[in-house]
Amino acid sequence: MPDKPTTVKITIDGQELEVLPGTLVIRAAEQLGTIVPRFCDHRLLAPLGACRQCLVEVAGQRKPLTACTTTVTDGMVVKTQVTSEVARAGQQGNLELLLINHPLDCPMCDKGGECPLQDQTMAHGPGETRFVETKRHYEKPVKISETVLLDRERCVLCARCTRFSSEVAGDPFIELFERGALEQVAIYEDEPYESHFSGNVVQICPVGALTSPSYRFQARPFDLSSADGVCNHCAAGCNLRIDARRGLVTRQLARDNDDVNEAWNCDRGRYGFAYAQSPERVLTPQLSEDGKLRTASWSEALRRAADGIRAAKAKGVGVLVGGHLTDQDAYALQKLARVAFGSNNVDARTWPEAEADAAAVAQVAGRGPEDGMPTYRDLETAKAVVVVDLDPHEESPILWLRLRKAAQRRGVPVVAVGSRPGRLAEFATVVATLPGGQAEALRRLGRAEDDAGRLLREAANAGGSGGEATAPGVVILAGWRGAATGGLAAAARLASSLGARFAWVPRRAGDRGALDVGARPGLLPGGRPVGDAAARGELAQAWGADPPEAPGLDGPAMVSAAAAGELGVLVLAGVDLVRDHGPRELAEQALERAFVVAVDHQVNDTTGRADVLLPGAVYAETEGTFTDWEGRVQASHPAVPVGGAAQAVWELADQLAARLGVDLAIPTLSQVAAETERFRRRPEGGSGGALPAPPAPATRPEPEPAAAQDEQGDSGLALITYPLLLDGASMLARAADLNRETPGAFVELHPEDAGRLGLHDGATAEVDFGEDRTARLPVRVAPTVAPGCAFVPANQPDLALGALLGPSPALRVTVTAVEEAAA
Amino acid sequence: MPLSDQTLTRAEELIARYPQPRSALLPILFLLQAEDGYVSPAGVAQAAQLLGLTKAEVGAVATFYTMFRRRPVGKYLISVCKTLPCQLRGSREIAAAVAERLEVPLGGTDAGGMVTVEEVECLAACDGAPVVQVNTENYERLTTEEALALLEALLRDEVPPPTFAADGSVTEPSTAGLHWRLAGLGDPPAAFAGTAPTQPPGGQDPEAAHKAPQDQGPAPEQGDGR
Amino acid sequence: MTEQVKVLTSRWGDNRAHELDRFSKLDGYASLDAAFAKVPEDLVQLIKDSGLRGRGGAGFPTGMKWGFLAKGTGKPTYLVVNADESEPGTFKDMELLERDPHALVEGVIVSAYAIGCRTAFIYLRGECGWPGRRLQAAIDAAYDRGLLGRDIKGSGFDLDLVLHRGAGAYICGEETALLSSLEGQRGQPKLRPPFPAVEGLYRAPTTVNNVETIATVPWIIRKGVDWFRSMGSEKSPGPKLFSVSGDVNNPGNFEFPLGVPAREVIMGAAGGMLDGKALKAWTPGGSSTPMLTGDHLDTPMDFEGIQAAGSLLGTAAVMVLSEDVCVVRACLNFTEFYAHESCGKCTPCREGTDWMRKILGRLETGQGRPDDMDILADICDSIFGRSFCALGDGATSPIVSALKFFRDEFNEHVSGGGCPFPGARVTVAAH
Repeated sequence: MPDKPTTVKITIDGQELEVLPGTLVIRAAEQLGTIVPRFCDHRLLAPLGACRQCLVEVAGQRKPLTACTTTVTDGMVVKTQVTSEVARAGQQGNLELLLINHPLDCPMCDKGGECPLQDQTMAHGPGETRFVETKRHYEKPVKISETVLLDRERCVLCARCTRFSSEVAGDPFIELFERGALEQVAIYEDEPYESHFSGNVVQICPVGALTSPSYRFQARPFDLSSADGVCNHCAAGCNLRIDARRGLVTRQLARDNDDVNEAWNCDRGRYGFAYAQSPERVLTPQLSEDGKLRTASWSEALRRAADGIRAAKAKGVGVLVGGHLTDQDAYALQKLARVAFGSNNVDARTWPEAEADAAAVAQVAGRGPEDGMPTYRDLETAKAVVVVDLDPHEESPILWLRLRKAAQRRGVPVVAVGSRPGRLAEFATVVATLPGGQAEALRRLGRAEDDAGRLLREAANAGGSGGEATAPGVVILAGWRGAATGGLAAAARLASSLGARFAWVPRRAGDRGALDVGARPGLLPGGRPVGDAAARGELAQAWGADPPEAPGLDGPAMVSAAAAGELGVLVLAGVDLVRDHGPRELAEQALERAFVVAVDHQVNDTTGRADVLLPGAVYAETEGTFTDWEGRVQASHPAVPVGGAAQAVWELADQLAARLGVDLAIPTLSQVAAETERFRRRPEGGSGGALPAPPAPATRPEPEPAAAQDEQGDSGLALITYPLLLDGASMLARAADLNRETPGAFVELHPEDAGRLGLHDGATAEVDFGEDRTARLPVRVAPTVAPGCAFVPANQPDLALGALLGPSPALRVTVTAVEEAAA
Repeated sequence: MPLSDQTLTRAEELIARYPQPRSALLPILFLLQAEDGYVSPAGVAQAAQLLGLTKAEVGAVATFYTMFRRRPVGKYLISVCKTLPCQLRGSREIAAAVAERLEVPLGGTDAGGMVTVEEVECLAACDGAPVVQVNTENYERLTTEEALALLEALLRDEVPPPTFAADGSVTEPSTAGLHWRLAGLGDPPAAFAGTAPTQPPGGQDPEAAHKAPQDQGPAPEQGDGR
Repeated sequence: MTEQVKVLTSRWGDNRAHELDRFSKLDGYASLDAAFAKVPEDLVQLIKDSGLRGRGGAGFPTGMKWGFLAKGTGKPTYLVVNADESEPGTFKDMELLERDPHALVEGVIVSAYAIGCRTAFIYLRGECGWPGRRLQAAIDAAYDRGLLGRDIKGSGFDLDLVLHRGAGAYICGEETALLSSLEGQRGQPKLRPPFPAVEGLYRAPTTVNNVETIATVPWIIRKGVDWFRSMGSEKSPGPKLFSVSGDVNNPGNFEFPLGVPAREVIMGAAGGMLDGKALKAWTPGGSSTPMLTGDHLDTPMDFEGIQAAGSLLGTAAVMVLSEDVCVVRACLNFTEFYAHESCGKCTPCREGTDWMRKILGRLETGQGRPDDMDILADICDSIFGRSFCALGDGATSPIVSALKFFRDEFNEHVSGGGCPFPGARVTVAAH
């Protein structure tokens, strides 16, 4: 059989071009720079052909065709509005019909100035209307969620929003209701459009029918200055456009990048920027005096910091690196620890990590997509994907979208291993485990004893074969939560045995970069082990100082040591010790006993207790890179000036070192950036090959799965806790619309457990965390939490569980019904 | 929830009838309408739950089709065809007269919840113009006076025989029963059946006799104007 | 003179033909043995050879449609009968189901066998009570008698048949909308390709055929291609039901060979004009087909003949308007229908039908403007050939044809400040 032609030749407006078979005419025209007008068409949504605006003339066809639904054929001759009177007339006639019921409120419409309908009308529309009848009138705006308002009169019924919600996001809470001229977008009465992705429908609405309350009537597109940002919330790496007006960020849009977020982002990333505009923002240096903070000059504050450090550093210094800093910030902080303090006490982790698990994570340090790290695109071409201990819908929403697309559109099998796969369960095969049981479940998968295991084995064998040499076989994505229980190590071992591509998917935007640039007590930049003399030598040459050889303390160990009076100084850069390094008593003791220098944008339970609080610049004010879970490095540019007297963290590190008489040699952004890049990658170079051999099985026994305890007569449930997408994060401060959608604390149980405990959805339960720590919480019953487990979100505004229990509690809790009357 | 446990079993039977569950949505909406007289918010919620859909998905479907009602329908639904062949023979006058007698606008239900009157598009019986239906059974070639007489009978809870009664046409004695039947579950149970229709002329059609529910007295009405 | 024929209507005179026993005595289910004796592919070829064209309006060759069904997909093949008869003026399928429901069941069985279908659906309008009861009873009886279900008549062929009721939407007569509706969705048309023959119901190969089409199949199997082709023309063979309504003395369904002159249908079978009035206009195939006039009465009523006269055979639903019917009101009535039944998906149909309804309403009530006729023509231009499906095209038919033949009457509505037919029998709805 002859090969299928790889391209077809077509002619558009007299220009010949070759395109791939299956290309739509509207896309082919784009390749020539010709934009056929469209409303319903969107390159990432299935063709619909509803608005009929993109009419073009195709030779041999007796009527004009819609370019958005017509696939090219070899030899096809197309004339668009550029050269065809038929196309022009068709488009004009259609535009007239679109406008008859459209209100003439462009002067007050948010879309004005960036509205495809307005642009079309200005360019090709009729000068006057022939419609003398009454236009449709609806009550408006309709609040369809806290973040989306609907103006039905402006709607052209293109169905982009409803299709996005059902096709892409899987949240069909908005639909077209009614029919004919009364057709309209709507939610069902008492069922709001609650979706982590709702902001995208505002962005893709081709008219001003969908608007966001936070941007409504705030600005005109031509008043805005824009910068290309990279979201600093989670590790998904979404590309954003930051729009600012008069020095304030006014809105953010998803920026197209098909390698990463395609054209989407999540609502947290889109709307979570207003914290920087808080009146409580720390804009000047602060010093502790008589238990209170007072404003100080930079020189006084730095002097006090240096004096305090000198006085206390004999007992050791610890540097805690926040989760949302740029790669350059993290690099500067680890250099500060190693060069200025002579210590490997530097870490970005708030959670304890077992040795084997840390070794598994260390394997990915310093690797990017060019070094064999799996990518978003790989997820769509993989033969199978395993997701371990990760709830991407809450923890990395854009990753969830891509996994959903891979599973539903490309048929990629997804296996979810863990105790709460969340909405992965909608398309994944779930291997439910108790906390701590992941390692065993992964070993079982590796033995290919059950269907899921056999599927993986077959997928691994199929990968890289035949004509798809570059297609990955299996991709394994491991979240951060298996870190203390051998889950990460087991995932890495499974990856090795399957020849799979392995990635670590941390929660926060700065986590992967911090790992790569050496914000770890055992790792220098680029994944170089601190115990490796050659690596230390390489850095010593560049730094002019020897990196210390002795491994440092990890994050939790530093806090414990400080609390015990065994660590003299804590440098906290964007770290809320009380919230994230609880229990509260421990964190408060650490803050009490150590000399604390904090860099932050806000006063909280932690920074309020610092000896010196330095104002840090925030996202949208600074230049830097973020590294996403793929190891992809992306630059984020400032859109607004730095607030007040704040400075970037890397600058502060350099200045603090200088006050201590040490020259970090990173006085400018270009210098710190160059040095970060110089050491970011692993020294062995990007081979693109498989990861090194997995770490040997843990020498100490891995923790018993919680199930074992159950057999000993414990009637409790294993606690699972991590932050949901919408939580009490300081980065969500003042994002009022999102705050209203934040669920608040609850306890989620599997239906089996709920039944056994006599609890139903909506009931109230008392959750006993032990040691007199209890909370009374509403009950949710869902099959997406494993049997035997209780999920309580970690950081809700009404219950800061981290402060109560510590960052990664391996606890069993008892859940008891509260009498309805008492509730 | 509108569906009793017993009826819920029938809904599950409908779901099992189709290769994919969602195909049972229209039948289930009819079933819910048999219970509530209209597609109620509780009904939408129950349909969504049964089929794993959002309420928006159910509402989008329910509002697309004219036979799914927004308000409780009367025990008898008079549908008057308004399309050309029927209008040429006076259907609009019939609709207006019926609405006037009931003192409701078209689409309305009399205060007693007995009769709803509506205008509908072509009923595919244009040779019988003007076509009036009671609970989707045809009463053809009526004059306005005859239509009003039909209405009076319905208001007395009597169901005159439809035009083709002799050939086996039977009027469903309540909209609840009609909607049950439209769900595809065969003869409605007694609670949905309404009162017995008056016998067709001659009363000799075996099927008509077979189909007509036996005298049950006033059954508890699900569809009445609540 | 063309004789009426008795094929599909052959049992209509027997008021017990709906009973299975009676039906069987009248050669009912006789086609099953003939069909099961053949291999399915031969049956498809037979239908191809017969030249049978779809009776639902578009006239697509049925055998060819079956031939398009994708093979070897690993998915089931579905037969869906379109019994959503809603085109204004059309009432043939409902009468067939009322009088001879087993004829459809028989057709379903042999058609399903021919295309390898194991589960068939009949999508029947919700608004029609009697046909629904009759059909359900026929299906139940066929199951009881082993004509549906497992191993039908010992042939080894299994078939399940589900009667599914529509809920009020003309657009569900469009095959992709019908399938959407059968899947529990809004009845909005879908893009083709993929065609239902490749990805139809549940994304499996599906054929959607009209009631009359399927009811015709057993006759071809029993009596053969030559018999079938002895009626009608080369390109439009066979018998056909014609629904005649409006201003005639004897409205009803009449079965003629295709190609019968319109005059014989209207003036002959249907008894001629009511009250002896003059004929003003008539539709050859429902409101979606352009109106013709008295000048076209000698047009042969087959697909080619009507097309040559500038219209379409459609469902062969002949609505007859006499001289005292205001053509603007007739257009308004039809346009109200289309505006009400437009699914809303595409701009031209959704907005265009609604706007035209408003303009026609103004013309009728004395609010007409001199440029209204041009605007109507322009709107029709913007709809025709550009709307997503044929509903939009159909909506333009009455207006375009009325403007062609009766533009003066429109003008009179403007110049005279309203409708010149004070006693017109079509009234204007309050908007």
